[in-house]
Amino acid sequence: MATVELRNVRKKFGVHEVIHGIDLLIEDQEFIAFVGPSGSGKSTLLRMIAGLEEVTEGEVLIDGSPAQNVPPSKRGLAMVFQSYALYPHMTVAENMSFSLRLAGIPKAERERKVRAVARILEMEPLLERQPRQLSGGQLQRVAIGRAMVRQPKAFLLDEPLSNLDAALQGQMRLELVRLHRELNTTMIYVTHDQLEAMTMADRIVVLNQGKVEQLGSPLELYQHPATLFVAGFIGAPKMNFLDAEIKTANDQHLILMLTNGASLAVPTPLEKLGAGEKIKLGVRAEHLTLESEGELQGEIEALEHLGPRAYLHARLADGTRVVSQTDGDTQARMGDRVAFRVRAEATHLFNASGKALARAGP
Amino acid sequence: MKSTGQTRWGLAIAGWAVALGMFFPILWMFLTSFKTEITAVATPPAVFFHPTLENYFAVLERADYLAFARNSVAVSLGSTLLALALAIPAAYSMAFFPTRRTRDILLWMISTKMLPAVGVLVPIYLLWRDFGLLDTLFGLILIDSLSVLPIVVWMLFSYFREVPAVILEASRMDGATQAEELFHVLLPLCTPGIAATALLSIILCWNEAFWSLNLATVKAATLTAFTASFSSPEGLFWAKLSAASTLSIAPILIFGWISQRQMVRGLSFGAVK
Repeated sequence: MATVELRNVRKKFGVHEVIHGIDLLIEDQEFIAFVGPSGSGKSTLLRMIAGLEEVTEGEVLIDGSPAQNVPPSKRGLAMVFQSYALYPHMTVAENMSFSLRLAGIPKAERERKVRAVARILEMEPLLERQPRQLSGGQLQRVAIGRAMVRQPKAFLLDEPLSNLDAALQGQMRLELVRLHRELNTTMIYVTHDQLEAMTMADRIVVLNQGKVEQLGSPLELYQHPATLFVAGFIGAPKMNFLDAEIKTANDQHLILMLTNGASLAVPTPLEKLGAGEKIKLGVRAEHLTLESEGELQGEIEALEHLGPRAYLHARLADGTRVVSQTDGDTQARMGDRVAFRVRAEATHLFNASGKALARAGP
Repeated sequence: MKSTGQTRWGLAIAGWAVALGMFFPILWMFLTSFKTEITAVATPPAVFFHPTLENYFAVLERADYLAFARNSVAVSLGSTLLALALAIPAAYSMAFFPTRRTRDILLWMISTKMLPAVGVLVPIYLLWRDFGLLDTLFGLILIDSLSVLPIVVWMLFSYFREVPAVILEASRMDGATQAEELFHVLLPLCTPGIAATALLSIILCWNEAFWSLNLATVKAATLTAFTASFSSPEGLFWAKLSAASTLSIAPILIFGWISQRQMVRGLSFGAVK
């Protein structure tokens, strides 16, 4: 059990800086996810916490004590890798007990611990198998089991589910959440899949190009994205973005002019804005509804039927593509010319530099 | 390209021809070792003859075969072990912690094999003389291990590179020190490759003649010196020379034959992932 703290952590590969000064406090027993597109630095950050990557500048503290000069073997952390990285020449049981063997723990106790973990993960029958005889899902379990056996201070998980099929991913997500609750250990989870972060983490760190874009609970990120990047990254389908210009502004409302000439009144943000300023309007699919009198007109390009609901992908007159959520039994067809209404009170506003313009209230 | 019956036959015949061409001198030497000196030099060469063991008796009477063989075993095993001990850490470092210069160093190492050994004979001879290494087993082990070292490093480097670095990182996370990572994970994973490397090194050292002849004379002389002693400038005894050669290469041929499966497996190895 441990806290992990990063203080102005930087990483350079040669002259190329990939992590630009990150400060972060990961609480004891927290399930935190680092999420971002590839190249955002999330894996590098995790590897620096692990000690597999040197910290160019700044401090990493584990349980309050500086760890930069502690080798990975002495940090007391366990890691689960994307490719599982099991030892191919050892059986499952040997893989799991390797760390205990290195620590000089007697054989009987090693076996007892391995059995206990195998029971939790329901993989006792696999203990004598070789890794090459296992399926992807089983390999994944062994990798998690190997991390659990050592009773680490914290688990570092680097895209552990990305090699599994969708059904297994869903099952493993629930299982990881259950494990986290049972083990009560800090978990740091790296993923490019916002869905994994949203469904499992207590808090999410959204990374973009080596910087923290936003830190918060899944719902905070979804409801109050701080930047255009977070708004576009968190949530599926992606948030719709429309260009707009401010016509008039008062204390209650901004009157926006959309590119098709339609006007829209949205609640005024805290920041003072003047007429003529260009902004981006963000609208989630569930806040863009089919309505014959709606502000936006377009043609349906694609339909995704998901059963209880459907997504309509449409192209507006100015070429912008939008997606709207509608009922599963919608009668809309491809090629239909339709209109959408924007739920103005649920929109997000972003200034020219991509920063969200917050409104008063929750 | 579709492999028709004809091209397949053609390839098979070509393959056999090459194999036979390579093997023929050894076969001829083997046959000659059972001929009398007269039939050995007969023209046209005698294919059918009364085999005799007299050459073997003569050779074994003149020289202490076992003493030479013992030296050969000691030198080839000793050099191989020493070369592996030096090459494993080197290849590990180059495979998993490469720098901008790693490629250059590898090329530089192999380039030493492009220089004929005789080019450094005088300095090496003087060094060995001053350090009292002439005609000692250790002296031969040292020079042989140095001469196979570039090949051993290269082979190990290419085997090590097949091992995903993440497996070694996993062992580091499991608490392994660098030595434990090497002995518990990397080396067991590369056993076939290390075995093939060791076998090749043993064969190369066994057959090494230049340094054995120049740096050892009596006490540390190996089977190559034993063979060479039968090729004298004042007239060749072909049959006896053949018998001596056969005795020299027999152990390594048998050894190679026994280990060929391991060797082929190691040389075509590359499936850790």
